[in-house]
Amino acid sequence: MKVNIKYFASIRETLGQSSETRETQGKSVAALRDELLALSLVHAQALSRDKPIRMALDQTMCDESATLHEGCEVAFFPPVTGG
Amino acid sequence: MQARVAIQHQDFDLSAEIAALRIGDALVGAVCSFVGTVRDRNDGDQVASLELEHYPGMTEKAIEAMIDAAMSRFDIRAARVIHRIGLLQPLDQIVLVAVTSAHRGESFQACEFLMDYLKTQAPFWKKEVTPAGARWVDARVSDDAAMTRWAIPAGKG
Repeated sequence: MKVNIKYFASIRETLGQSSETRETQGKSVAALRDELLALSLVHAQALSRDKPIRMALDQTMCDESATLHEGCEVAFFPPVTGG
Repeated sequence: MQARVAIQHQDFDLSAEIAALRIGDALVGAVCSFVGTVRDRNDGDQVASLELEHYPGMTEKAIEAMIDAAMSRFDIRAARVIHRIGLLQPLDQIVLVAVTSAHRGESFQACEFLMDYLKTQAPFWKKEVTPAGARWVDARVSDDAAMTRWAIPAGKG
């Protein structure tokens, strides 16, 4: 299925892109993250599970067990620092 | 009625915001507001400027949900949240949370609740310019701790 992926802040900068559309076989955010981690060393670094990375599915905070659907929007970003 | 949430580059006027928030509502007996401003020091370093990034769409949605949560948790009349984005300088206003209620207790609590919620759940990221270069600001453990007193786990929507 097709998913729209967004990256923010330090992750966006490390990857050098703010968004991409991918065709994935994965069913969950975890599976999608696994696919992304395997893409390149830069991806492995930017999306590493050693880092406190937050995720959102369709603009709502989620964890890796969240289920993907056709055309969904998945975002990866560092812990938020507004206010 | 004005929108409850604004994400904007331009500055805001506290008096005008409060006037608009309580206009025509004689059941309001208390107004509590919080204004966050940009400091020129962070973690011991001089900060020349601050760049605010956010997640358009999710930011508004997340803050609307926070206000809904505040409305159901506290007996408040109205709430308004403004958060600035883009390039900011020390002394600039960065965020406003304003709440109205019949009595002061609910406004005080709801204002703090919204601010704690915003610090840990709204998708904003600060990048600060220091003499050593630009760096992303790290999230504070104390912000997550502040959230737990409202019995909402940090990092969850």
